[in-house]
Amino acid sequence: MAILQVEGIQKQFGKTPVLRDISFELEQGQALAIIGSSGSGKTTLLRCLNFLERPDQGRITVGGQVLFDAGDPATQREGEVRKKRLHFGLVFQSFNLFPQYTALENVMLAGQLLAREREDFKQNKKRIYADIEARGLALLERMGLADRAGHYPHQLSGGQQQRVAIARALALQPDILCFDEPTSALDPELTGEVLKVIRALAEQKTTMIIVTHEMAFARDVADQVIFMDGGVIVEQGEARQVIEHPQEERTRQFLSRYSEN
Amino acid sequence: MFWTVTRTLLEGFGTSAEIFALTLVFALPLGLLVALGSMSKWAPLRGLARGDSPAWLRALAGLRPISAVVEVVVWVIRGTPLMLQLAVIFYVPGMVLGTNPWGSGTQGRITATVAAFVINYACYFSVIYRGGIQGVPQGQREAGQVLGMTRAQIFFRVTLLQMVKRVVPPMSNEIITLVKDTSLANTIGVVELIRAGSTFRTNGGLVWPFFYTAVFYLVFVGVLTILFNWLEKKLDYFKV
Repeated sequence: MAILQVEGIQKQFGKTPVLRDISFELEQGQALAIIGSSGSGKTTLLRCLNFLERPDQGRITVGGQVLFDAGDPATQREGEVRKKRLHFGLVFQSFNLFPQYTALENVMLAGQLLAREREDFKQNKKRIYADIEARGLALLERMGLADRAGHYPHQLSGGQQQRVAIARALALQPDILCFDEPTSALDPELTGEVLKVIRALAEQKTTMIIVTHEMAFARDVADQVIFMDGGVIVEQGEARQVIEHPQEERTRQFLSRYSEN
Repeated sequence: MFWTVTRTLLEGFGTSAEIFALTLVFALPLGLLVALGSMSKWAPLRGLARGDSPAWLRALAGLRPISAVVEVVVWVIRGTPLMLQLAVIFYVPGMVLGTNPWGSGTQGRITATVAAFVINYACYFSVIYRGGIQGVPQGQREAGQVLGMTRAQIFFRVTLLQMVKRVVPPMSNEIITLVKDTSLANTIGVVELIRAGSTFRTNGGLVWPFFYTAVFYLVFVGVLTILFNWLEKKLDYFKV
């Protein structure tokens, strides 16, 4: 069974429909790329999955558990939303690292705060914190940032900041890791290092949803691709198939703009 | 003579410093309250209008009473001279009640001064606080949210320090202005530093003590400047 099922998501901002009836599934260990022009609703879709926006209609199911159902208020209680968010991780376009914390502290903070809710926190505080720190350091090492653990965000390049942000999202071990245009705020020479890290995650079978404008990257790294336009899924399928042999006219037009460059 | 003058001025300075300190103690937290009030999104009539309702009904539904009232108060306070507000606070209650609730003694005048100053400065502080709160990018809160942090954790662990860092420079400006604004208290008969200095002129024709008061203000502001510079340096380890 698919780890993620998205059914009939609709979202309006005021009177403007941004998402109209979005449905798709994602298998465990697969990487899904969402492509499309600006304003097609890609980012809004990611924000709905992470409960930063509340869909007007639709249902989101992770691992068989209904996390959100627009028709069932019981799934929308404020207190539970916080916990449900942990099924997803989100890497932002603009990194959004906490500037007053070092790279390592950024990675550890949420885990330390969550640990306080554990029943055995008081007795095992030292061990729990040591575990969190060890995991944080290991994650930074995986991101190639072992020597940057004590640096503050402003002392890091954009690419390094984004890799810290990826480590921060991974630290909570989400079921599905979402990327919102992870390289769009980076200088061209820095995108490579971030894409390399995401590629490595894909090879390790991390379940991912990547909103991106990097077509070659989507083709090579993603298993599935969704092309969105005007708030609907125009085409979806196996990545290489959709990007190299699109079936829909709108997909073809969109992709031709990229191959021209 | 110099020491007599210095001692008298020091007494006046003590009163000035008392007004300064009490104003800060009350206006710093009150300002935060005013800031939160001015940002209040509470709209009790929200349910009245739909998208196709007439314009006046939609305007009524969009009314945010707390925010509106607070903003009018801030406008009045920032829009009139502090000297006038001081007179209103000190004299008007007496005119209305028949007896002066502040009492005629020195302490009553100081209390009235502090009351007027607290209201005035809380309004100025509120605008700075609001800038500090709104200046923290929305992405910071969202990053906290997707990491499963509670609202309180996001405020205390993420946004608060960034906000403090943003407000230190404009706050230091206001606080330095407050030092010199304490001289307005002499308009309702408080013997603060300026009044202490001018008594030598009115009673004995000595002018230099009046100018000598500047030294006290300068030293005080100098100490505050060092303090604020130290605080800014302390917060210099990160950039917002």
